[in-house]
Amino acid sequence: MSGLLPGFADPVADAQSAFRAVLEAMARPGRVQRLPSPPAPPAPLSPAAGAVLLALADAETPLWLDAGAEAAEWAVFHAGCPLVEDAGAATFALATGTPPALSSLDPGTDEEPQRAATLILQVASLAEGRGWRLTGPGIEREHRLQVEGAPNGFLAAWAASRAQFPLGVDIILCAGDCVAALPRSVTIREG
Amino acid sequence: MSGYNFAYLDEATKRMIRRALLKAVAVPGHQVPFGSREMPLPYGWGTGGIQVTASVIGADDTLKVIDQGADDTTNAVSIRRFFARVAPGLRTTERTAEATVIQTRHRIPETPLREGQVLVYQVPQPEPLFRLEPRRAETRRLHALADYGLMQVKLYEDIARHGRVGSSYDHPVMVNGRYLMSPSPIPSFDNPKMHRSAALQLFGAGRERRLYAVPPYTEVRSLDFEDHPFVPLRANGRCSLCGAGDSYLDEVVTDDRGGRIFVCSDTDFCTQRQTMREAAE
Repeated sequence: MSGLLPGFADPVADAQSAFRAVLEAMARPGRVQRLPSPPAPPAPLSPAAGAVLLALADAETPLWLDAGAEAAEWAVFHAGCPLVEDAGAATFALATGTPPALSSLDPGTDEEPQRAATLILQVASLAEGRGWRLTGPGIEREHRLQVEGAPNGFLAAWAASRAQFPLGVDIILCAGDCVAALPRSVTIREG
Repeated sequence: MSGYNFAYLDEATKRMIRRALLKAVAVPGHQVPFGSREMPLPYGWGTGGIQVTASVIGADDTLKVIDQGADDTTNAVSIRRFFARVAPGLRTTERTAEATVIQTRHRIPETPLREGQVLVYQVPQPEPLFRLEPRRAETRRLHALADYGLMQVKLYEDIARHGRVGSSYDHPVMVNGRYLMSPSPIPSFDNPKMHRSAALQLFGAGRERRLYAVPPYTEVRSLDFEDHPFVPLRANGRCSLCGAGDSYLDEVVTDDRGGRIFVCSDTDFCTQRQTMREAAE
């Protein structure tokens, strides 16, 4: 426990502001939200991914992550969430490298689609106004989102997941101190 | 109320509600169960809405609370005062345009909502099929199958008996073409305001332990038939105070000889119009 990094500076206020940014991101897919006061988690976790984790994960949410021992120790200490080896059993899956296949994550059930997993996906950068064309609930006409560092074959995997609606995985994209979200309801076309 | 956490609820409860809200937004119109807590006011007074508001607001928000459109009735005043006490730094307002979070019981403000605003509804009965099928296990299955024939038959029977659809409030809506949803007991006059609203709409039912959501710009269609289209109801009259002919009206009895007037149900909207009219004179 020598070098454990701190979590939120102000746990109550920072968790609220992080949640509001994620809620706004989820309600307006493709809009990029900056987190006002994210923590400084151990590498390779980005401040945004750390903030999303601390704001939403706790003892009730099994976590899968690929960010190494130090990040896992940080997450378990501050959020108190159990770690799982199998991504299919996770409520939150946090990927800093190649994420698990969307089809391997829990998509929920017909009667309880809310049980689906959330993938917190760390990418190189997020930018509005160019790139993918997003349509669906939360979007007036079309939002454009450029994602640097999306996994290979992501759009095809997303289309397959979208076809199962209302089942499906929701994604929170994190880059630096910014988040954007891809709820399962959104349709993505190549830009 | 000193010694309580910010916005009354403990952090674990807020996280649970926040996770449920994110899933509710991702599946528009679907009812998500949540662990509703006992609140310092009875069920039926907006405990669901309060828990949603408490999980969403921060110290930099501006909160407006309305009860049937009014800012100054018991329910609205007590909830607004509750949050002013348990959420230090939070501003409260009666102006729709100034608010970032609006908690409402049974109305949608007349002033169009904008992006960045969150509308939180207090919901007594979240299940639109409740009066037709009381078994929860069964209604869950009907939602899973998107089998809403029961409700169509009910509307048909209304038309067959009364010549028109009988529900003047809580008229069921289809959200995003997928889930049948109760709009909470708002007058059917307000239903069209939900359609492609720029604001995020969240719904909380405390006693029934369900919450659901409609993201901005989402299709919200009032259930109807091609040959009997949905018609929002409104009293035929003008507001006696501000003269508005397009707002939702309350009928007020003024004496014991049958005297009555109509006034706007939305007190903020009415006050704004009266102020503008006085300024013009």
